[in-house]
Amino acid sequence: MSENMSEVKTGTTGFDGPDATGHFGPYGGIFVGETLVAAVEELALIYQELSNDEAFWAEYDSELKHYVGRPSPLYFAERLTAACGGANIYLKREDLNHTGAHKVNNTIGQALLAKHMGKTRIIAETGAGQHGVASATVAARLGLECHVYMGAEDVVRQAPNVYRMKLLGANVVAVESGSRTLKDAMNEALRDWATNVDDTYYIIGTVAGPHPYPQLVRDFQCIIGRETKAQSLEMLGKLPDALVACVGGGSNAIGLFHPFLEDKQVAMFGVEAGGKGLETGAHAAPLSAGKPGVLHGNRTYLMTDEGGQIQETHSVSAGLDYPGVGPEHAWLKDLQRVNYVAATDEEAMQAFHKLTRLEGIIPALETSHAIAYAMDLAGSMSPDKNIVINLSGRGDKDIETVARIEGNKL
Amino acid sequence: MSRIKAITETAAAQGRKLLIPYLVAGDPDLAHSLGLMHELVRQGADIIELGIPFSDPASDGPVIQRGVERALAGGTSLADTLKLVSQFRKQDSQTGIVLMGYLNPIEIMGYGQFVAAATEVGIDGVLVVDMPPAESTELHQKLHDADLDTIYLVAPTTSAIRAKAITEVCSGYLYYVSLKGVTGAALTDHESVANSINELRQLTDLPIVIGFGIKDAVSAAAMGSLSDGIIIGSALVERIADMSLGTVDASALVRSCEVIGAARAALDGLQEDKAAS
Repeated sequence: MSENMSEVKTGTTGFDGPDATGHFGPYGGIFVGETLVAAVEELALIYQELSNDEAFWAEYDSELKHYVGRPSPLYFAERLTAACGGANIYLKREDLNHTGAHKVNNTIGQALLAKHMGKTRIIAETGAGQHGVASATVAARLGLECHVYMGAEDVVRQAPNVYRMKLLGANVVAVESGSRTLKDAMNEALRDWATNVDDTYYIIGTVAGPHPYPQLVRDFQCIIGRETKAQSLEMLGKLPDALVACVGGGSNAIGLFHPFLEDKQVAMFGVEAGGKGLETGAHAAPLSAGKPGVLHGNRTYLMTDEGGQIQETHSVSAGLDYPGVGPEHAWLKDLQRVNYVAATDEEAMQAFHKLTRLEGIIPALETSHAIAYAMDLAGSMSPDKNIVINLSGRGDKDIETVARIEGNKL
Repeated sequence: MSRIKAITETAAAQGRKLLIPYLVAGDPDLAHSLGLMHELVRQGADIIELGIPFSDPASDGPVIQRGVERALAGGTSLADTLKLVSQFRKQDSQTGIVLMGYLNPIEIMGYGQFVAAATEVGIDGVLVVDMPPAESTELHQKLHDADLDTIYLVAPTTSAIRAKAITEVCSGYLYYVSLKGVTGAALTDHESVANSINELRQLTDLPIVIGFGIKDAVSAAAMGSLSDGIIIGSALVERIADMSLGTVDASALVRSCEVIGAARAALDGLQEDKAAS
């Protein structure tokens, strides 16, 4: 990694949304109970001040460099490229961050916000446990009390991460209501926040939730795209032709895409969880197969039935198993700036193995969806083109799941 | 004049405190809900808040969550909730009905279709928990045009400036949330409720009712003495949880609603105390 990479600074850009009321076109907004309105308005105000404060970003950058280990490499996947027979494939190695995924970029930023606001207690929701671990990690780092809400189903499915959070000093609360998964964990975190609003900061793990969360989580994740841009210019002498990232809530994707939105020559692909296939209904792909509605504080594309109930989702990857998506993605879909597509469980599993064998990199199952789509895309492009895949997380957490699905005993 | 306005004005003239029970439509099934609504009126309800079942009730505590899950297990939808009101109206044209719920089912039905149906079946007002005034412009306008009340919440965290803005768009009655938390939590700080209600009185002439944490005759009297009326939700839903599906048993309806009868007596007692003193 060259010296000038450490020059990539964070901050906000003025490209687009949200508007002053927290909307991305018709999406986003503040749809919460009255008790929480004051809390999100306070957060928006403080974030607005801090995001114009160079000292805040300097503190954040210092944490990213010394604690997270940034910048993360942009790696040329030579054997994967050869196997696909088309465009050159580069991997943005977010899996090499401390805690093994992009999630920590956001939790560091929000924990610093919490400290600036004088909050002593943080709460978080988690599905697979990656955001929970990243939250528990920064809570330990900054000496904050931490409670993580996790669906009871997920607590069972993701036992190693539960133990990891406990080792880090977090209290893990198993949520028994509803479908006992990520969306229910988020409901429970919102209830905790309403109850303990005076001393509690809620670290939302993705670019969803009420304004200003979609904005501030994006701003914290944009380090991914900024570094990628600088690295591309340095390694290729130009910008990449295409960017590919998986989309659950969409934080790693928006982090990669956002700094490139004005670069019209760069195509972008957000890959949702196609589960057992979009036609089966057993998936987690609201942008590909859902419709606009309101959930968890924002208007966005949702998996919702005709009566307006939120549907249960399915994905092999717990981190993508969510019925909503960040409102900025909903907007970028309507604007047709980003192409949203889906990869099935099976395609993701094949890509998981392919990257592992060809490059010696075990990707997270979430990330494997992006790899699956990018392999097809690369094959359809000429060898003088370049694709960047956001390798959003490492797959160590998933090896038990993969073994179970394939009938192997560990 | 809207039905709610007529009810609240009559109550004010008579010195009667408003009693507003909340139940979830379809909990445990629609036949029981219909029976419960009529029984609630017999035991002294002035207005009924009818909950629209929603899969993700993020402002509700465990008791109402379970009520919602029972309703959803029976497949109760927003359309069924509207039909339930039309059934109720066949026998009762006096009691106010306010639909309370989350925005997504209304959003998916479409605002125009929802307001038309709500008007047709005889609904008087709508309270959408996760739709603060800033996000409600379009739905609010449609409700207003149809002469339906839009009811908003004011919470302990609501600033004075914001409360003033809320009172300017709210109609029917103002719902004061007594505590920081979710429905069914324990209400302990009576003094801060009293202070907040006094402050709200300076801002508006709307009737102010208190909800969250009122669970028996004692808390009903305490909160009723501070306000124009009270809302009881979790304490009723908790009793509905004991009902079994199938044939509607009249005595079970009476038993489930006794908490409302007791609250009515406690509220009326406040009035007698006042008259006597």
